[in-house]
Amino acid sequence: MSIHSPAADWFKAPTGHERLWIGLAVGWCIVLSLMMPYWHFKGKQNSSGETYRTTPEEFQARVEKFSEANAPGTRDNFAEGLNVEVPAPPGDIYLIAKQYFWYPILKLRAGETYRVHMSSVDFQHGFSLQPMNMNFQVIPGYDHVLTLTPQAPGIYPIVCNEFCGVGHHTMVGKIIVE
Amino acid sequence: MNPATPSTSPLPLWKRICDTTGLPVCRDAELFIKLNAVCAVVFLLVGGIGALLLALTRWQTVHLLPVEWFYRIVTLHGLNMLIFWILFFEVAILYFAGTTLLNARLYSRKVAWVAFGMMLVGALLVDVVILVGQADVMMTSYLPLLAHPLFYLGIILVAVGTLTGVFNYFATIWQAKRQRTYEGSVPLVVFGATAAAIIAVVTLLHGAIVMIPTFLHSLGLIAQPDPIWYRLIWWGLGHQSQQVNVCAMVSCWYLIGNITTGAKALNETVCRGAFVLYILFINLASAHHLLVDPGVSATWKIWNTSYAMYLAVLASMIHGFTVPASIEVAMRNKGYTKGLFGWLTNAPWQNPAFSGSFLSMCIFGFIGGITGVTLGTQQINIIAHNTLRITGHFHATVVGGTTLAFMALTYYVVPLLFRKDFIFRPLARIQPYLFAGGILLLSLGMSFAGSLGVARRSWDIEATGSVHGPSAHLFLAVLGLGGILAFASLLLFVLLTVGTLLFGKSNVGRAMVDWGTPKTLSDAGGHGHGGEVVSGGARAVSPSGEAAHDTRGTLVLALVFLASFAVYYFANWKALADVWPVR
Repeated sequence: MSIHSPAADWFKAPTGHERLWIGLAVGWCIVLSLMMPYWHFKGKQNSSGETYRTTPEEFQARVEKFSEANAPGTRDNFAEGLNVEVPAPPGDIYLIAKQYFWYPILKLRAGETYRVHMSSVDFQHGFSLQPMNMNFQVIPGYDHVLTLTPQAPGIYPIVCNEFCGVGHHTMVGKIIVE
Repeated sequence: MNPATPSTSPLPLWKRICDTTGLPVCRDAELFIKLNAVCAVVFLLVGGIGALLLALTRWQTVHLLPVEWFYRIVTLHGLNMLIFWILFFEVAILYFAGTTLLNARLYSRKVAWVAFGMMLVGALLVDVVILVGQADVMMTSYLPLLAHPLFYLGIILVAVGTLTGVFNYFATIWQAKRQRTYEGSVPLVVFGATAAAIIAVVTLLHGAIVMIPTFLHSLGLIAQPDPIWYRLIWWGLGHQSQQVNVCAMVSCWYLIGNITTGAKALNETVCRGAFVLYILFINLASAHHLLVDPGVSATWKIWNTSYAMYLAVLASMIHGFTVPASIEVAMRNKGYTKGLFGWLTNAPWQNPAFSGSFLSMCIFGFIGGITGVTLGTQQINIIAHNTLRITGHFHATVVGGTTLAFMALTYYVVPLLFRKDFIFRPLARIQPYLFAGGILLLSLGMSFAGSLGVARRSWDIEATGSVHGPSAHLFLAVLGLGGILAFASLLLFVLLTVGTLLFGKSNVGRAMVDWGTPKTLSDAGGHGHGGEVVSGGARAVSPSGEAAHDTRGTLVLALVFLASFAVYYFANWKALADVWPVR
């Protein structure tokens, strides 16, 4: 009985269907365990967690330098909370999250590979690229690098999906792919 | 309360004998089981009202709450449902398992009062701070978001209070062991409850480690703790506390299976071994919340979500087999042997404890379990993190699973401990079905909306123009309708329970009115059970005397489960393969 003490000889190996099921379940768990390392080496979508320490001030300076270099005359737009379109060359590019916007609007080319540095200058934010529904965490003090290869031209909204304050739901940026 | 001491044997004053089951009931424990259970139900109602408001806001066509109140209520709902309702009920379960099932006395009344007082004060403090608008930080309160210091203090009080209650439980079973109140090994349900208690200790220590520095930081005494460190340790509290639920819920399944059909474990070693797997490996679930985080490497993520984590998954897959298998064997031994599923179709579906428990098992396994393992796969998490898919998963585990199992148990707790028979019994019989149906709709609506990219914890998905298409709105409406149905049946549950406490007919001195337990068929050789009496320990013996272990039906169900699991799992890999390459 489940609510009474078991017989003294309760310690014994499973038999019959129970043993069969445990065997199947163990086999399935091994499949589950092997899929992740397999995809890490063979799959194209992984979260490597490549990260560097940064500070809000330092990261913001790098973003402003990046947008000024690629879209001259935009230096002050971040401070004013205005978004600008920045044509980004392949390689290291920058995206910053702040209550309640993503800066800048990155213009990327399909098929090229970019190293997107993301960080926040205030609270935690969630990078959620639609409609593919690709999601990554953005945390102040950490420069999170995604090595990303856009596939098709279009306009892709970036929704914030980590609660960051009362205007959280209005925090939508975009990536333009040409 | 009138003592119901049988005239035949002089009972010590600290206990009474249950008129229905013949089990001993410690009066001290009984008091605290009642207190904790009542508080649990009150917090369930508070969280439930929050749930209704949230569902009616996320249903974009209704969009009920104003923005500040939406985020405030998300915070309130999470804490009341995931922490307060569950912890109060679990302390009640521990006090029950440690005394009645071991024929033992509660270790200390004083400690129980202290634990209860701290938990109650802490929980009220948290709710008040949230409602006055000083803690709009979500349940997770991720740094650098900061709430009023009393918010953290309240959570610390609840955690320490619960730890104190858990200590009282350990002391109780230690004292029972020393005084030899029971023979041999502890019953399976006590074993499961102890597993829950051990995990609770580890969980609550994580809570203390993360909340105390955050509390000090909110007072301005120390610098801000690191946000990633916070996430890792906080989820040692946040996810593991839900594994306490899993253990308590599985114990409920075994308990209710036993009470309603006389089921007993086919193999105690297997069931206990599965509980040990929970204790050893479930702590790794914290890593599931950092799968797309910076600061932790791919190796860390894969390592911590594969190897031993899947041994905890294995444990759930084992319980998911052994519980229905034990019911199948018990039913077959009562003579319900027709075909593959004669044991199941003849099960006491009109008994709300049985139906609630069995539905809990199905929702937890087929929806909650399968989605949980899949979303917790390192790479697949990329297409799930922080979307409504996550809430779709845990509403199936925690609400469809744990809450429904606890509701099911309440249909026996009230008659057996409060000694009142339920009012409006036909309504009670349909309540588990309504709740299960509501949660199913809610969870599926969330999951599908999340698959379309809809974020969790968002007041308005179209605030800056159309990001998501009409199908996302359709699934948000399904979420809303499911929420209404689930809330209506939750309210029914609360009204039935409270109404019974106030107006129910006392059953002191006689057995409780039976909810319906299957009789042993005459051609099965056993003797029929009185239809009016709950078969507390139904003796299931086959004609041969030895229990036959025919579990074909359960095996077929389990294979259907495995096939569903594989289809969902690989469909998600396919969906992942379709998004942009990223590393």
